[in-house]
Amino acid sequence: MPDTFKPRTAEEARDVVRWAAAEHEPLEIVGQASKRALGRPVQAGHLLDMSQLSGIELYEPAELILTALPGTPIAEIEAALAAAGQELAFDPLDYGPLLGQPAGLGTLGGVVAANLAGSKRLKHGAARDHVLGMEAISGRGEIFKSGGRVVKNVTGYDLPRTLTGSWGTLAVATCLTLKVLPRAETEATFLLSGLSDADAALAMTAAMGASAEVSAAAHLPENAANRLAARGHALPGPSTLLRLEGFGPSVDYRFEQLRGLLGARAGVTRIEVEPSRALWRAVRDAEAFAGTGDLVWRISVAPTAGPAVVAQLAEAFACTAFYDWSGGLVWLAVPGEEARAEEIRAAIAAVGGGHATLVRAPAPLRSAIPVFQPQPAPLAALSARLKEQFDPHGILNPGRMTAGH
Amino acid sequence: MTGIAMPVPDSDVIARRAEIVKALKVMVPGEGVIDAEIGMRPYESDGFNAYRQMPMVVVLPETVEQVAAVLRYCHENGVKVVPRGAGTSLSGGALPVGDGVLMSMMKFNQVIEVDEANRAVVAQPGVTNLGITRAVEHLGFYYAPDPSSQIACSIGGNVAENSGGVHSLKYGLTTNNVLGLEMVLITGEVIRLGGKHLDAEGYDLLALMTGSEGLLGVVTEVTVRILQKPETARAALVGFPSSEAGGQCVAEIIGAGIIPGGMEMMDELAINFAEDFVNVGYPREAGALLIVELDGPDAEVDYLLSEVEAIARRNGATSLRVSSSEEERLAFWAGRKSAFPAVGRISPDYLCMDGTIPRRALPQVLARMRQLSEKHGLRCANVFHAGDGNLHPLILYDANKPGELETAEAFGADILRLCVEVGGVLTGEHGVGIEKRDLMPEMFSEDDLKQQQRVKCAFDPKQLLNPGKVFPVLHRCAELGRMHVSKGQLPFPDIPRF
Repeated sequence: MPDTFKPRTAEEARDVVRWAAAEHEPLEIVGQASKRALGRPVQAGHLLDMSQLSGIELYEPAELILTALPGTPIAEIEAALAAAGQELAFDPLDYGPLLGQPAGLGTLGGVVAANLAGSKRLKHGAARDHVLGMEAISGRGEIFKSGGRVVKNVTGYDLPRTLTGSWGTLAVATCLTLKVLPRAETEATFLLSGLSDADAALAMTAAMGASAEVSAAAHLPENAANRLAARGHALPGPSTLLRLEGFGPSVDYRFEQLRGLLGARAGVTRIEVEPSRALWRAVRDAEAFAGTGDLVWRISVAPTAGPAVVAQLAEAFACTAFYDWSGGLVWLAVPGEEARAEEIRAAIAAVGGGHATLVRAPAPLRSAIPVFQPQPAPLAALSARLKEQFDPHGILNPGRMTAGH
Repeated sequence: MTGIAMPVPDSDVIARRAEIVKALKVMVPGEGVIDAEIGMRPYESDGFNAYRQMPMVVVLPETVEQVAAVLRYCHENGVKVVPRGAGTSLSGGALPVGDGVLMSMMKFNQVIEVDEANRAVVAQPGVTNLGITRAVEHLGFYYAPDPSSQIACSIGGNVAENSGGVHSLKYGLTTNNVLGLEMVLITGEVIRLGGKHLDAEGYDLLALMTGSEGLLGVVTEVTVRILQKPETARAALVGFPSSEAGGQCVAEIIGAGIIPGGMEMMDELAINFAEDFVNVGYPREAGALLIVELDGPDAEVDYLLSEVEAIARRNGATSLRVSSSEEERLAFWAGRKSAFPAVGRISPDYLCMDGTIPRRALPQVLARMRQLSEKHGLRCANVFHAGDGNLHPLILYDANKPGELETAEAFGADILRLCVEVGGVLTGEHGVGIEKRDLMPEMFSEDDLKQQQRVKCAFDPKQLLNPGKVFPVLHRCAELGRMHVSKGQLPFPDIPRF
């Protein structure tokens, strides 16, 4: 077992990193370690456990900001926001069900380090769109801050957003400020049933191109829909889902707008607020692939390209898929032990680019193949130079994203 | 030139001017290199026109290859480069340096692709902000960020400055609306970030580039997301006896879960300047005027306007009008949108500040600003993006009166220090540039600023791109890279270990 440090303050955490920098001792940084099975396995002799730096420091609903320490459980933050009628609009994905853990784990630091987003990414962006300020420890063992505690700020480089999604390889966050937004008063889901993947893509494109302010658009082909049906969601075979959130009269109005636009294509069902929220949680968290032994990829491409990628891959090997982000996010389950990374990445290149991340696989496989999409040489070199400027000795989560960093 | 000092020009480089111009003319043939003084004159300043400096030479490349060749040459020969879009920066971001190349990107003026199905536009960086909307409005779409210079400012400049606008509370800043970039590093390497898909496969360099003020690379292509135009937009024009009452109304609107498309406030002086200028019926006697615009489906806008009306009346509104036609809505905005020229008509010169504060601090900040106005003996009109606390105090002065620019600058610096003191920031959307460069230590420690500068070292180790901007003290990259650490025993016996 590696040695574990549990600092209680930012200064204690800084002292650990400073020591590690002096000794060139790699650190693996964790909160609740709920996403430790994501990304490349880190080889480090010491764990830096940030879970003791926990608590909401400042929450001002009228200013739309929240400041909290990185070890704060995300569930605690969501509960505090809900009590004031607000939410994290980026709808952070909960990897628990997919990775075989309980739902509801994870910390704010982990959500930001992984740049999580859910189905509402389409309208509201990802964690990176909501991070406003950050205090962090560089791999040099220095505490620095960037950004601010206001929603509009361009003072200096936008390091808070840059550090979001860097998987703890550039700096260790010690305090985070996020933009929060009012939670929708109500919602409903417009369900079209029976569409093929290609027809579903057309329907989603039409809906997103209308003024109906759809906040999420997903398509579950038969297999994925059946799995969610087995988990208690009322889905009649292939299901195309369009989420409408807002004030009651507005949701009703836009539902009818969508009916006028798409009603002729297939059977329409309205899913009301509670089942709608539960269904979108299941879509967001890829519950259709929970509890299976398949390898799981998360693929981001242009929205209209999703079905073409899946069609090409399904010809080459056995796989099942479903779509979020209006077709731009493909969740792909591959049975067996072969990851098919090259075929998948070739299919992405063929539709004009994007990226694929292997989000569920045994550790040896995650060490052996690039979990994150490899980058062209000049971009990879630039990223490596950036890493060097934050963490010159490579002590922060070394190897988590690539063999180099 | 007054208060703000620029780096001392390198006389060795200036001595090589003829040779540099000759080399550039090979790389960018035709009329793409301007070295005659009369031709360079339009480039000597940007929207922050209290400061002027002639560049050594101006280059207007037309292709990515030309941009790469010029940058590579400058990197190899130690020549500074200042990138420029439309030159509308309000913080001196495109101010030239006398020993450097001014690279204008305005020949990159084509919309490359409109991808309606993926709701994306690919454009060259010299396309204007409004040019993006013009390219898609026949399809019912628009590009959301709308800085007030949108008719002139370029999308490449918007990326460099992370521009905002009156709709940014609901629709975000540039950083929330850019999907991809092509850019050229100072080494001449061409890099693509993002595309029509979402999120980065590695570090989010797209986020880093957006708002980097031309210090990290030169953008040669931009992919942005476009949105379907809201079905309706209607506005309420509400007068309050004081800014405090107006501010309370704003807080309650947001507290009710309403995020308006736009929410702007003006103080008494700004109301009267605007009304003198456009005469659209602003309530001259009001202490503060609030414009609240709701956009979206008809049913939603009607519903929310009634909510906003009720909140406004509860907070002591002295006048309240709701637009009943598109003409009326635009008239409500006409005063606000012409606030700057209106002030320009009253006063020979003005400085536009750009701090952001937590909204709750507004009454305190306005009271202090009135004291500062007396202290410095200059008038100050206020317009704010009320939803996000972004202030635009306009300091009125006359540059022809000796010492008045310096007084205005000192007044502005006091206002920005005040913004930081109450928990805000130096700039909400105009950028640091040269204007706020020397105030950066008010907000950031030396360690904070050094880590920012190390980021530049990853992109531009010789620090040739847009020098003298953003950072008050320049450190060489070798110096920034040094580490002072003492090896030895664990210095922290108290930290819990397991």
